Amino acid sequence: MKNLLSMEGASRPALESLLNDADEFYEVMHRPIPKVPALRGKTVATMFFEPSTRTKLSFERAARALSADILSFSPGTSSLKKGESLKDTVLTVKAMGAELMVVRHTSTGAPWRVAEWTGLPVVNGGDGAHQHPTQALLDSLTLRQHFGSLDGLRIAIVGDIKHSRVARSDVWAFATLGAEVTLVAPPTLLPPDLSTWPVQTSTSLDEVLDSFDAIYLLRVQAERGGASVFPSVAEYRERFGMTEARFDRLKPDTIVLHPGPMIRGIEIDAGPADDPRCKVLEQVTNGVAVRMAVLFQLLGGTRDE
Amino acid sequence: MRSVMSGNDMARVMRRIAHEVIEKNRGVENLIVVGIRTRGGPLADRLAALLAEIEGVEVPMGIIDIGMYRDDIDTRPRIELGPTELPEDVDGATIVLVDDVLYTGRTIRAALDALADLGRAAVVQLAVVVDRGHRELPIRADFVGKNLPTSSREHVTVRVAEIDGEDGVWIDSPDEQGSDE
Repeated sequence: MKNLLSMEGASRPALESLLNDADEFYEVMHRPIPKVPALRGKTVATMFFEPSTRTKLSFERAARALSADILSFSPGTSSLKKGESLKDTVLTVKAMGAELMVVRHTSTGAPWRVAEWTGLPVVNGGDGAHQHPTQALLDSLTLRQHFGSLDGLRIAIVGDIKHSRVARSDVWAFATLGAEVTLVAPPTLLPPDLSTWPVQTSTSLDEVLDSFDAIYLLRVQAERGGASVFPSVAEYRERFGMTEARFDRLKPDTIVLHPGPMIRGIEIDAGPADDPRCKVLEQVTNGVAVRMAVLFQLLGGTRDE
Repeated sequence: MRSVMSGNDMARVMRRIAHEVIEKNRGVENLIVVGIRTRGGPLADRLAALLAEIEGVEVPMGIIDIGMYRDDIDTRPRIELGPTELPEDVDGATIVLVDDVLYTGRTIRAALDALADLGRAAVVQLAVVVDRGHRELPIRADFVGKNLPTSSREHVTVRVAEIDGEDGVWIDSPDEQGSDE
């Protein structure tokens, strides 16, 4: 594997290999000294052209736990404000010694361009509403830890599918790993063409609520226009929120996932959010483990292709 | 490929090593046998079983994966990581590391680093089936099944039944016909 850009087209063995390595890094994270020398002397650049706190922190935590050095880039303080192009920015950071780049950008496809320009291994840290592959890996790891395997699991992804890079990565990862995925959203929050997606759809959460092993709640993405199709957040909660009443109707072993940041009172009520069956904090921990696996696989070992 | 140890030879060697471990440590108290993945794993299993059989007490064992501790990740193909499993507490224990072949010493160096991250053993000893020489680091084995002088162009293969379906040691010279190295 040279880059990690998209979950669409990723093979099952490649995903399973990353999850298997992530299991071992999960063990490392729970040691008294959660650090290994695997990438000592390597330099990872986190190039976040779109504001992000948790994903950036998670990648940097992962890099440090592998003993790598970090070049950390944030748009707010950079020469982008002075008009420097994306290409010049990434080439500058490469010239400082970056050996791998994690790229987040508001534009779809930006990580692919960075990979072309720099020739470095690139991890897509989220591009527009397109892909967020490490999120899909951490979600898959969380499901695999809980259920042992994704084979035959019934998973609902609920909410603003249209603007969600998380959904676009999750559907491919979950389906490739053997799960059956159902998108639950109003027609206005579904992408216009779903014919190539390995999914079923439903427009009513209440009708299908009790038929899933896992419910994945997406965030209402106000910044990408996701809020505009609903007259109010109250109506979103009314139809698609994980209210106490809906939570009580789930099968007793159904778990709830959310990519964070979780907005209580809209996508999920406080009771379900704090229930042990809500795996949000496990997802965060697993995020560091899968990012360690990704960095380790991209920077460790001679290229096997 | 030339056979240098049969399955029976290996069984005898493992039993001798077990006796040497007991002699050196005056028993098996406080001992943990730790295999280095992959082939050190089943070998450690066997050594722990032999120690238990001879001394009549359980001997704890573990396995460590050195994939996160290698210093050659830029030059060797990546191998998927495997689980590291040690008994609860290694602090103060006498650890007998077990591997199939001792060669450059780099694997053992990595294993020592991995062990150090998991606790503070009182003593670490090393048992190997074959010592083929050509050390690149100041590392030696405490228990050696067979010293096997080799050229660095030769390839030594240890097979263990649990993984390879048979026990034995073979040596492969690049000059010989049929070599796959």
